[in-house]
Amino acid sequence: MTATVSETKQEQKIDLAKLEDVLFHYRGFRGALIPVLQKAQHAYGYLPRPVIERIGESLKLHVSDIYGVITFYSQFRLKPQGKYVIRVCRGTACHVKGSQTIAEKISEKLGIELGETTVDLNFTAEEVACVGACGMAPVMTINEETYGLMTVGKATEAIDGYLEKAGSNLHKE
Amino acid sequence: MSNEIKEKLITDDSLIQISICLGTGGVAAGARDVFNSFAKELESNQVEAVIKERKCRHKVHQTGCRGLCALDVLVDVLVPGMAETSYARVTAAMVPEIVQEHIINKKPVEKYLVDEAHHRFFDKQKRRVLQRCGVIDPEDINDYLATDGYQALAKALRIGPEKVIDEVKTAGLRGRGGAGFPTGLKWAFCRAAEGDTKYLICNADEGDPGAFMDRSQLESDPHSVLEGIIIGSYAIGAEKAFIYVRSEYPLAIERLKIAIRQAKEKGYLGDNILNSGFNCRIEIEKGSGAFVCGEETALMSSIEGNRGMPKPRPPYPAEKGLWGKPTNINNVETLANVPLIILGGAAQYAQIGTEKSKGTKVFALTGKVNNTGLIEVPMGITIKEIVYDIGGGINNDKKFKAIQIGGPSGGCLGESHLDTPIDYDSLVAAGAIMGSGGCVVMDEDTCMVDIARYFMDFIQEESCGKCVPCRIGTKRMLEILTRICDGEGVAEDLQNLEELAKKVKNTALCGLGQTAPNPVESTFRYFKDEYLAHIKEKRCPAKACKNLIKYRVTPDDCKSCALCVKVCPSEAILGGKKGVKAEIQNDKCIRCGACLSKCPTKAIKVVDNDSAAAVEVK
Repeated sequence: MTATVSETKQEQKIDLAKLEDVLFHYRGFRGALIPVLQKAQHAYGYLPRPVIERIGESLKLHVSDIYGVITFYSQFRLKPQGKYVIRVCRGTACHVKGSQTIAEKISEKLGIELGETTVDLNFTAEEVACVGACGMAPVMTINEETYGLMTVGKATEAIDGYLEKAGSNLHKE
Repeated sequence: MSNEIKEKLITDDSLIQISICLGTGGVAAGARDVFNSFAKELESNQVEAVIKERKCRHKVHQTGCRGLCALDVLVDVLVPGMAETSYARVTAAMVPEIVQEHIINKKPVEKYLVDEAHHRFFDKQKRRVLQRCGVIDPEDINDYLATDGYQALAKALRIGPEKVIDEVKTAGLRGRGGAGFPTGLKWAFCRAAEGDTKYLICNADEGDPGAFMDRSQLESDPHSVLEGIIIGSYAIGAEKAFIYVRSEYPLAIERLKIAIRQAKEKGYLGDNILNSGFNCRIEIEKGSGAFVCGEETALMSSIEGNRGMPKPRPPYPAEKGLWGKPTNINNVETLANVPLIILGGAAQYAQIGTEKSKGTKVFALTGKVNNTGLIEVPMGITIKEIVYDIGGGINNDKKFKAIQIGGPSGGCLGESHLDTPIDYDSLVAAGAIMGSGGCVVMDEDTCMVDIARYFMDFIQEESCGKCVPCRIGTKRMLEILTRICDGEGVAEDLQNLEELAKKVKNTALCGLGQTAPNPVESTFRYFKDEYLAHIKEKRCPAKACKNLIKYRVTPDDCKSCALCVKVCPSEAILGGKKGVKAEIQNDKCIRCGACLSKCPTKAIKVVDNDSAAAVEVK
């Protein structure tokens, strides 16, 4: 049950003008690709194909090379993300304190695999490398909010709150 | 704890000082609410004569990590004329009382004060690299300057690059990022390399799960790292330096940016630093989430804008590194040690530590110990002292099983190693590595086969795929380990696992692959009985592997209080109320342990899942 929003419909809305300032700033800059991709993703939320093509044109790189870089790094996304991004830390301290069960429960609750986005584009759930708050393990984050000393119960409670906020009807499905 | 530093900071003793930990750990515990609450309470109380009469100004510090994350939110309150007081686990709701009682009525609120654990945590530490962490305001260069900041740089520019390298060599500083290569030697190679353009890179791509030393250092004392970078660049002859930092560390990046700007304004960065004729620029490069980029050749590929894949060495970065130019790469903590060496002198620095490992080491102490947090210990301290004295022992008085040191490249050391001293060579001999400083404590409830599987899963996911041993070898190892944890292990698995471990170790291209089998080999070496129990008896001795356990209610102990039913996130518990004993449905239960911790009569037990059949293993 991945995001099934028609890609063409999404990409018709892409406004390439937002990209020009970034490309202008980095012209003639060695090793510009990664910072450009980071800024582009910040602007669009993900890296749609027309954006990748425009970057290739500007930096004189093949789209295939850019695609290779995008897929190498875990932070670059080729699909849009949910409004709320839930990240469960998979660091050692979190693992030892039961983060996996929490991640599984969240995935079950939202009806998506980890790394996927709900159909209504409200939630993305993923496991992430250590967020560096091991003292508060297990840890999860929802957008910029960090939740420490989590349990399965506290995690489901937090998500219930966001489900309500988003007016999501996942419960009824 | 860093009293000297504190005294240097307090210039106005009529100042009431409140320090709140606003590191990532503190924020996760609600430090922002506490901070806002203090600001609000102080403001609303300002109208009262008490404060005005004392002519107190309030300065709420944004301090970085104090290290004792288990007690977050930690708040220090210093009222002139009174002893400094620390409060633990502060919430916003407690703030009005602290302001009212402590600041206005001058009576510390006893019930919120830190306890004995807090003192034990600090007593055996030697905080030198971390001396300013949690004490100074990391966003104000004046705090750094007031505590001898940038004086090492001034001295370095006076004594010249060769002498700087000599000092670092004599001090015996070894790389704090993993392998422990002598830093002075590395600098000397790079200085001697031919070429006009050279680079220095600060590796802040702290990817080891369970490690947050560098994040804390950058968040709490960014200038100490900048000063180390500038001195290092001067020593090797580089005018440009990069800090490659994980983008998962937004606060560290933000504070580095502020620090770089302030250092430029004060003339410690930029052109003609302190009129020496030396120029240095520092640029921040954000990583994009690839563990392998912690490997130096991969890191450089990433800065160049490519897939972060390692390259065979030689050529070493000191000859041909970033953009083909001589490059020197040091880790955050290594660089933060440099100002200490230059300012205090090599001889003084080398007083701490063992013969071959000098100085201190910062660890992120986490897992099942009572005091988790950031610690700095003298080299040579024993594992026992770390776990029991600083760590305050194991949670809930459980039994210590192992300590994992060095992350995915390190190993698990058991009880027989409690007296092992922490130094580069003893750790390698025992089957772990110093690594960057992750230190995860495990108790009797942690399954060592599961830990081996966990690290292999991590490595498998992070393998860049360039060389076959790492790409495929770790995959096969993971399959075997997963099978064993699921209770489907077969007799040949152990032998195959051992053989694969050797092959991957000897043939992988870079450090990531070469050290990947360490967690497997060390658990194999010290906890073989656990592997055998999984395969032979289909039993997980730690009762952690979910396929091999189930939860059961002991009817005689069940009081039908329904607490377990309420807390169960999977609706797996039948009955449990109105006099009916609780019963757990094995197929619905996700083994999350919620009912276990909630049951007031301890009626719920974890038992072996006897449905799996045993096999014969030689």
